[in-house]
Amino acid sequence: MHEMSIAMAVVGQVEEAARAGGARAVTSVRLRVGELAGVVPDALAFCFELACAGTVLDGASLVTESVTARARCGSCPGTWAVGMPPELCCPGCGRATDVELLSGRELEILSVRWEDGPAGARTREPIPEEA
Amino acid sequence: MCRVVDLRQAVLAKNDVAAQVLRAELTARGTTVVNLLSSPGSGKTALLERELLLARERGVAVAALTADLATENDAVRLARSGVPVKQVLTDGLCHLEAGMLGRHLDGWLPEDTRLLFVENVGNLVCPATYDLGESLRVVLASVTEGEDKPLKYPTAFGLAQLVVVTKTDIARAVEFDEDAFRAHVQQVNPGVEVVLTSARAGEGLGVLLDRALAAGAGAATHTPVMARQQQSHGHGHGHDHGHDHVHGPDHDHGPDHDHVHGPDHDHDHDHPHVQPAAQSR
Repeated sequence: MHEMSIAMAVVGQVEEAARAGGARAVTSVRLRVGELAGVVPDALAFCFELACAGTVLDGASLVTESVTARARCGSCPGTWAVGMPPELCCPGCGRATDVELLSGRELEILSVRWEDGPAGARTREPIPEEA
Repeated sequence: MCRVVDLRQAVLAKNDVAAQVLRAELTARGTTVVNLLSSPGSGKTALLERELLLARERGVAVAALTADLATENDAVRLARSGVPVKQVLTDGLCHLEAGMLGRHLDGWLPEDTRLLFVENVGNLVCPATYDLGESLRVVLASVTEGEDKPLKYPTAFGLAQLVVVTKTDIARAVEFDEDAFRAHVQQVNPGVEVVLTSARAGEGLGVLLDRALAAGAGAATHTPVMARQQQSHGHGHGHDHGHDHVHGPDHDHGPDHDHVHGPDHDHDHDHPHVQPAAQSR
């Protein structure tokens, strides 16, 4: 269960960016998680909530975009979804000498939504469309 | 005022950078790190005991660091070989990280060490995600674990540069199907070498040492397909891609302009170039 370590890494990086950007409160974090990243989204969501407690991310929601793992063979046309467990030999020619993984290993913070201004400086309630 | 800020940071960027720094430092002083991953009880320690003894007989300066949740039993066993051994207790943490490894090496690892074997925490899930600055990643599986282990733990087996089967002396008793195991390894990691070993019967001993020495001498190591993802937003490439461009106030679209990133920010499109995998992970 390394999702706690992952969640803490996410929170640490977002905290740094929020501090540098003068954020008052982080309301959501958008992550991209590849099928082959070795991370369980449910476990990560659970850990994320814990890791946020007491930080500028307290109460922030986690939005996870999953990315299908796809590969391509240099000798054959097209790409394929490698599936889980992954099939990394080319389904066309059966070889793997020229196979390239196009996606699936992502583990990336895409974007963060935050409220600007020093703590306690909220000037109005956010309108629902923003939340 | 609420706004969306692009971060585009690899979650494990810090670990990846720490691993690269450690790899560069150790390589510069002539030390090669071998990261050993397996389930608990697969026979990592038994095999390593034999390999350390062999290294000592051949006059190769080796050291071993072993990580466990608790107990120093493994270090006691490995220390019988007479080479420098260090036990790291992770206090429950399921994996090692590059920064932790670096701190443990400080002031302990003898300067002339050519090979450092790192026996990771017995676990095939979590350690697979963390580059430790190794030059050779080895995954071990014993014949008792089932031929479909590579399919159950595709990240661990998929990123290995060498697969070692252990306890082959009891392969027949447990009806180990070598062909099925090899086929499953090929499925998730085409082209990786599979070595059969038995610490008890002596089969395949010295191969791990040879491969580690070859990697240290600069021989090309296997680059798994899973480590060949071309675009740089996944973690696990041999270069730094922690570009953190926080948009300043000039990029602020104001409270009524909420930009959610659509498919144009999706990087799953085709690039004809492959990032050269200086270090495959």
